[in-house]
Amino acid sequence: MSEADGLVRLRQPIGVTYNWSAGPNATSHLAGLMEGKFIGKRCPSCALVYFPPRNGVCPKCAKILAGDVEVGPKGTITTFCIVNVPFLGQKIKLPYVAAQILLDGADISMQHLIQECEAEDVRIGMRVEPVWKDTSEWGPSLENIQHFRPTGEADRVMGTESGAS
Amino acid sequence: MALRDIAIVGTAQRPSEVNSTFTSVEILLPVIQQLLDKVGIERSDIGFWCHGSCDYMSGQPFSFVSAVDAIGAWPPIIESHVEADGALALYEAWVKIQTGEVDVALVFSNGKTTSGPIDQILSLQTDPYMVAPLKPGFDALAALQARACLEAGVVTERQMAEVAARSRRDAHNNAIAFTKGNESVEELLAMPYTMNPLRAHDCATPVDGCNAVVLAAGDIARRLAERPAWIRGIDHRIDTQRLGARSMIESSSAAIAAQKAGVGNDRIDVAELHAPYTHQELLLRNAMGLSESTHINPSGGALVANPAMAAGLARFAEAAESVFAGSADRVLAHCTSGPMLQQNLVCVMEGE
Repeated sequence: MSEADGLVRLRQPIGVTYNWSAGPNATSHLAGLMEGKFIGKRCPSCALVYFPPRNGVCPKCAKILAGDVEVGPKGTITTFCIVNVPFLGQKIKLPYVAAQILLDGADISMQHLIQECEAEDVRIGMRVEPVWKDTSEWGPSLENIQHFRPTGEADRVMGTESGAS
Repeated sequence: MALRDIAIVGTAQRPSEVNSTFTSVEILLPVIQQLLDKVGIERSDIGFWCHGSCDYMSGQPFSFVSAVDAIGAWPPIIESHVEADGALALYEAWVKIQTGEVDVALVFSNGKTTSGPIDQILSLQTDPYMVAPLKPGFDALAALQARACLEAGVVTERQMAEVAARSRRDAHNNAIAFTKGNESVEELLAMPYTMNPLRAHDCATPVDGCNAVVLAAGDIARRLAERPAWIRGIDHRIDTQRLGARSMIESSSAAIAAQKAGVGNDRIDVAELHAPYTHQELLLRNAMGLSESTHINPSGGALVANPAMAAGLARFAEAAESVFAGSADRVLAHCTSGPMLQQNLVCVMEGE
């Protein structure tokens, strides 16, 4: 509290601490990342493979997901965005590419960084693979992956799958 | 405009737990499936879905959006959410059916009350400039109200203990209840104060829980349930958010809501009151003019299981179930929200 100019000012920051639970389905996904594996979950009704396993349910069928499915590690870019705008807290050198990546065997895409190539060379259908951080930096997070980079394989033609991506 | 006849035709509740390791979606999904099975309908039969929950409780903005996963959104559905108790979602669903756009609605609510400090979280509902920075705590605000009521002679500590003793005893008959007990009034009065003049048993039990009900109109309701609980009156009133500008020893919003909902038009067999503190049940009974012949909270009420944002809809589920079972003909369901009974929703339901 200060009264320097005759006004009483009060700073009272409010913070709340939570115990957040990932739930059993996301837990096997997060545990997989600790071992350098991509663990998705299959819907027992429509058989789509969710990576990441969202909230542990298939939103199409409203069924609890069941059964681990290892996917990836390679994947295909389904769409992307070249980031040119600086913003507060930015950690990566501009310009960079944020892409949706469909890991092999998965039916939904995930977002990650594309590096080790020019931004203008990135395209839909491009094959990519993960570059992992040093294991000493690993935690239960997709941040264990530094970025994805092109594999040099032939592009995959998108839009022919029957999945939900 | 003539109002449509709308009834609750089915309910489902998840047994209370604490520190659940499931996500909100994993908690909700089985309850909704259980309800659909009980009523004997498919997801595609639901014209409108309405959800009550609070993002402050999960600590994630827009966390309610993920709850849509629990109901399935393909093919596209019509759904809505209230940042409030599921009882307010029921009110919205009732209005939606009144418009004639839909005939059947499913209302659901959930609260992982024990994943954060609920006493602090709920007090973030207070005026953000003058009250919230003081971090008053929800129990502390209720204790101020209880103190005012005791000093005005509106309630006594013995009456408060009687409410707790009855609720804890009735909880034995309710599979959803968390806190149960057989203490005498004297034993409860001998307990220490936790927040003077409140004792531990004067305050609701925070639990993780969820529930869901199906509303249906006219002949569809008659087809889906043997004895639907027909909504005869429903009203929601709010007292000022300025805590110093309203009386702490009465609830004028509850009195108006009860009058508009038609509570006094005939006897009430069962009243499920959402009273998170013992003195608040006494205030509500006064405000609504409930007589001794009304059975108050046969479920044990929020005192024995209070999943925040779901405890109000739980009162609707419990009251409706007593109509389904034929053990009551005319029932009252109530939901409160905000500090010191700021908001009150009152509904009267009847069997045919």
